[in-house]
Amino acid sequence: MSAHTLSVLVQNVPGVLARVSGLVSRRGFNIESLAVGPTESPEISRITLSVDVDDLVLEQMTKQLNKLIEVLKIVELETSAVHRELILIKVGADIDHRGRVLEILQLFMGAKAVDISPETITIEAVGSPEKLAALMQLLEPFGIRELVQSGVVAMGRGPRSITDRGGRSAERHKSIRLVP
Amino acid sequence: MSRTDSAAAVQTGAEALVSSLENVGAEVVFGIPGGAILPAYDPLFDSTVRHILVRHEQGAGHAAEGYAVATGKVGVCMATSGPGATNLVTPIADAYMDSVPMVAITGQVAAPSIGTDAFQEADIRGITMPITKHSFLVTHPEDIASAVASAFHIASTGRPGPVLVDITKDALQATGAFAWPPKIDLPGYHPVVKPHAKQVREAARLISASKRPVLYVGGGVVKGRAWDELKDLAELTGIPVVTTLMARGVFPDSHPQNMGMPGMHGTVAAVGALQRADLLIALGTRFDDRVTGKLSSFAPDAKVIHADIDPAEISKNRTADVPIVGDSKEVIGELVSLLRADDHPLPEIGAWIKSLYDLKKRYPTSFDLPDDGTLSPQHVIKRIGELTGPDAYYASGVGQHQMWAAHFLPWELPGRWLNSGGLGTMGYCVPAAMGAKVGRPDSVVWGIDGDGCFQMTNQELVTCALEGIPVKIAVINNQSLGMVRQWQTLFYEGRYSNTDLKTNRIPDFPKLAEAMGCVGLRAEHPNDVDAVIDKALSINDAPVVVEFVVHKDAMIWPMVAAGASNDDIKIARDMAPSWAQEDL
Repeated sequence: MSAHTLSVLVQNVPGVLARVSGLVSRRGFNIESLAVGPTESPEISRITLSVDVDDLVLEQMTKQLNKLIEVLKIVELETSAVHRELILIKVGADIDHRGRVLEILQLFMGAKAVDISPETITIEAVGSPEKLAALMQLLEPFGIRELVQSGVVAMGRGPRSITDRGGRSAERHKSIRLVP
Repeated sequence: MSRTDSAAAVQTGAEALVSSLENVGAEVVFGIPGGAILPAYDPLFDSTVRHILVRHEQGAGHAAEGYAVATGKVGVCMATSGPGATNLVTPIADAYMDSVPMVAITGQVAAPSIGTDAFQEADIRGITMPITKHSFLVTHPEDIASAVASAFHIASTGRPGPVLVDITKDALQATGAFAWPPKIDLPGYHPVVKPHAKQVREAARLISASKRPVLYVGGGVVKGRAWDELKDLAELTGIPVVTTLMARGVFPDSHPQNMGMPGMHGTVAAVGALQRADLLIALGTRFDDRVTGKLSSFAPDAKVIHADIDPAEISKNRTADVPIVGDSKEVIGELVSLLRADDHPLPEIGAWIKSLYDLKKRYPTSFDLPDDGTLSPQHVIKRIGELTGPDAYYASGVGQHQMWAAHFLPWELPGRWLNSGGLGTMGYCVPAAMGAKVGRPDSVVWGIDGDGCFQMTNQELVTCALEGIPVKIAVINNQSLGMVRQWQTLFYEGRYSNTDLKTNRIPDFPKLAEAMGCVGLRAEHPNDVDAVIDKALSINDAPVVVEFVVHKDAMIWPMVAAGASNDDIKIARDMAPSWAQEDL
């Protein structure tokens, strides 16, 4: 098993998310997160799937997703790609602990307090999944009262855009021509 | 007069739907009207498209499948919203599993009512998402033509399958511009037909080097109409052939190289060939669990060339050494060309062929006649085939009679066999036979059905009687759910929980047939068999139902128990082939 990030370009039409998520669930593929939104072309949406599966499962998942008529292209991003996630955490922080929580936030670029009450601080943080995991670990002792995560979004580094790149299956199986 | 004389006429959605069906070449629609689809039935009344009014939507769906399998064209069924649409779920799932090109058109409640639990509302697109190749929800009349054209295109190209077009009632009633041909905009749909040359060369290289190759041929070769190419490849190389349940007839059973059907109820020669092969040339087949048995022990010494039009089937169950994505006709044709050329010598497989021919001779598909004077179901099915001939179309239900039909009917010609292989839908037979007869009115169409299956969908015989569709249905009546009973005999110490249908008393099948406007016949003694088959064959102006009262303990052999290795095939209860004697 290893972590992979798939960027799935789909037609921005009603029901497409249901098709993708339904396929993933009924074929028993375990996903860590799924994030979706429109792209630079309003008629195309981009779904970022992060999965922790072995190579054969990843291959089958890619092929099954490619069969969906509304899926235009699937690219597996390199581990070096920029991976980011947004989280909001409501953490226990009364007058005695508030300073220590704010101190922790100083150490994390991309983390800040966005709401404060007498007993809690709500923190917004953006970063790689690893970095956010580290932040959450440090905040754990104060009591995490509520947590919401956006799911990972990711983009390859360098000048090329996803539309310039070959699809994932094409790289893996030369016999399989991918959707251009 | 065509409805498309003016380039962009304004029509109601209902008229647009019917015009689209006419323009796309649909000859026949099986369906039942109801509230939400009702607007469509008004222009359909005047259309050149024949509508066949079935008695249950499931019958419409299986009939569309039967039509599609028998003709190679897209089958069409139509139903209203809610229960009409949900009654199509089983045939849609069936068509999905067996890759049958089908378009299902359903009415939907008016767009503003969607999501309000309106009368007869069901989210049929959501319900069928896992069992359709694609689906459309159409809420505007001007989108109907492109949805119908796209649906037919998707259903019939690449790996065929069912496509749902769900149209809201207000879209059927409203007017909009209609133009044909409409724009088909499917940027994400490009089925790969032409195989990669390098992969085919690699496959030819493996074939040349093989010592114990087998052509493992599935339904994709029937769908791809690649039987001539298959015959060329088999005869050029001498490689033995096994044909799966879905592929029966694609290679003649009388051909010496045909080892028969592999799988749970496969022949010893077919199963043995796969298990001992050093190379599987898998063509349009999907390594289904009913073929492989316990996957980890399936064909353990074999390298695998896997050619399929669906990339997702390749390496899904068994990892392929040489994956080839492409249409079976192209793939096999290119393999033949390469192997005819000098740089790919033909494999030297004389010893292998000889041993398999020997195996086939020693373990033929056979059966024992009951010694109490009752009918043998295998004998009945065999005689139907012998007296009717290989040119007829044969549909079956699901169970023992299906397996016997797969073994004992004369499988000499491709595309003559209709059955529910993947989903295993009891009740498939009667409506599928009806659809096949509509598509092939000049051919004899037999349904080989069981007494259990028959009682699930026999209402369509009323449709057959009224619409002039003279199918012939043989009810192989063993008074029980025979396949389940067989498992109870073998695996549940003969505790026959709920498998006794008591069909020796009720219903009276010939009377039931006559009540539905068919001719009802019955055979109970071996001497009656040929006479009633001849009688049935002589009647061509009405549907015929022939009840064969058969021995209830007949079992289907050979058998590989569910989850067992193919190496543990039994040729009869507690009897295995003596593999130790085999030197393969």
